[in-house]
Amino acid sequence: MAEPPLSTLSGWGRHSAQGRELVGEDIEELSASAHLSRGLGRSYGDSSLPPDERQAVLNTTFADRIVHFDEETGGFRAESGLALSQLNRLLMPRGYFTPVSPGTGFVTLGGMVAADVHGKNQHSAGNFGDHVTALKMRVGDGRLVECSPQQHPDLFYATIGGMGLTGHILEVEFGLRRIPSEWVWQTSRRIHDIDEFQDALEDAATKWPYSMGWIDCLARGKNMGRGILMAGDWAEASEAPPTPPKPGFRPSLRFDWPAWVLNGLTIRAFNELYYRKQFRRESSGIVSHASFTYPLDALRSWNRMYGRRGFTQYQCVLPREAGRSSARRVLEVLTARGGASFLCVIKDFGRESCGVLSFPRPGITLALDIAVRDDTQALVDALNEQVLREGGRIYLAKDSFTRREHFEAMEGTRLDEFRAVRDRWDPQRRFRSAQSVRLLGD
Amino acid sequence: MGRALARLMAERGDALCLLGRHADDLQRSAADLAVYGDGSAVPSVPCDLEKPESFTTALDAASEALGGLDTVVVTAGIFATQEELEADPELAERLLRVDFTNTVLFCEAAKNTLLAEVGGTLCVFSSVAGERGRKPVIIYGAAKAGLTRYLEGLDHKHSAHGLRVVTVKPGFVKTSMTAGLQPPPFAGEPEGVARQVLRAIDRGTPVVYAPSPWRLVMAVIRALPRAIMRRVGF
Repeated sequence: MAEPPLSTLSGWGRHSAQGRELVGEDIEELSASAHLSRGLGRSYGDSSLPPDERQAVLNTTFADRIVHFDEETGGFRAESGLALSQLNRLLMPRGYFTPVSPGTGFVTLGGMVAADVHGKNQHSAGNFGDHVTALKMRVGDGRLVECSPQQHPDLFYATIGGMGLTGHILEVEFGLRRIPSEWVWQTSRRIHDIDEFQDALEDAATKWPYSMGWIDCLARGKNMGRGILMAGDWAEASEAPPTPPKPGFRPSLRFDWPAWVLNGLTIRAFNELYYRKQFRRESSGIVSHASFTYPLDALRSWNRMYGRRGFTQYQCVLPREAGRSSARRVLEVLTARGGASFLCVIKDFGRESCGVLSFPRPGITLALDIAVRDDTQALVDALNEQVLREGGRIYLAKDSFTRREHFEAMEGTRLDEFRAVRDRWDPQRRFRSAQSVRLLGD
Repeated sequence: MGRALARLMAERGDALCLLGRHADDLQRSAADLAVYGDGSAVPSVPCDLEKPESFTTALDAASEALGGLDTVVVTAGIFATQEELEADPELAERLLRVDFTNTVLFCEAAKNTLLAEVGGTLCVFSSVAGERGRKPVIIYGAAKAGLTRYLEGLDHKHSAHGLRVVTVKPGFVKTSMTAGLQPPPFAGEPEGVARQVLRAIDRGTPVVYAPSPWRLVMAVIRALPRAIMRRVGF
């Protein structure tokens, strides 16, 4: 087969690389000559980018067939390129939803496994990987392998959260959960500072299956970490509107905004307005599932707001043992450096995931969208040093700036376990990404 | 595009039968369509555009599986770049045979099947590549031009007998066929094209440009004088 042409591949944060992408419906065949899989390119950093131009990557998005769906039990299996948005469109009207959804529907099932995504219900439902029952893979020596908690469990658990470095994920099997309607009963509450936020999230976790918070990252001093806590649960069919929500108009950003548009002033103005929008201390009501789970999907290509240089999302988790003010200390590092984060999200994690390198652990997670500037590397370094002091770690699906020594210090023995599995299944290191070269020294 | 169209049809409850080369792959597609539909099994029949002797048998089997046919959709075909075709005469011969000769023979068989009943719709995917002799698609475009003309004639002869011919001319659509090419303006998504084609099948629209701005784009390209076509890259 002819070599695919060189093209620019890029992550959601617009970090890009020149690479060759194999594209087609038959990923079982194509995977034999590729060194990494990528789906819809929604990982923010360089996880889905090839390490160099010679090693082709496999684009899975045309492999999106459903292999099996059991309408009684919700058992589901599909090719790994199936987009969550497509799955939702098809099966939500029939009362089924993924047990764990990230904050966008524009991800593939394969990507959800590779990043072991979490959602607003992490505290109650765990990660996506916790619901996966089997995977079909093409591994380093070219074999097709079915793995599950019973069959090749080492490969299975290293693949969940393994960023595609253990092999090509060709099919994903997991259990869908029943939902009573496509509507969500949402409550939102104004929070005055970061410490109150941590308490409020813990409290919400005991009452609501879904919760998260938005933080005004520019507020300082006694207002630091003020924001809005949002929590929700599925609305019962009896309380929901009689018809399913209509998909609204979804505009798309057609051009890159100049870099100066998002500056301290405009972000401050936006944050002030957004915070004031919640003028009552607490409010609640029924909203569509899409506006609750995927608020940013309403504006397609919103990453173009950050201009040509793009942005990075810095997401870390701070373990519960680090104490109540851990999030405050991390935010102080950000504000002390004058870092302006346009969007900052906070969420509590309830438990670890089953994946060897999965991100979550009990504690609090912060996700900061930061436009790339000349000083971004220094800012990420400073944040990583603080996270290390707190005993926390970072989320690979978001990262493009972390240094290898920081990553190794954060992961410790988990990394040894991950390496051991790769040594068994891919000793030649056939599977590599730009990120694995940077962080694992592949 | 074929997959997207079949899913739309399955979702609205149409009874489908799949024809294609590889039995395993067909069965996987059929299982997928069953979920898009009401869960009942979608039959599939092996049929290869490289084997004209399989056409009538396959159409008969499909007709039997569904209890008669009212619409036949042909999306199969092969694509290769002009450079590949110039470098490999065997590939060029194969492409011309599959995309023109054998597609026409398949349509003949389908026409006979449909006319033997009360008529019906024959929807065939041709291409805007057949609209004008253009440097990047000379051979592929020639095959599609021939196909388009054939379908036009079929429409003229048999529309009075109840045969509705729908010729689909996709412009640039983001499929695995066009992967790696830089999408021009007005590039379409398979789902959008599928919706447009389904509407055309329902209404019996003879010619569909998909996405629709390509109708205008091709009108302009058809009107360009030879002197310009000799100079431009498209």
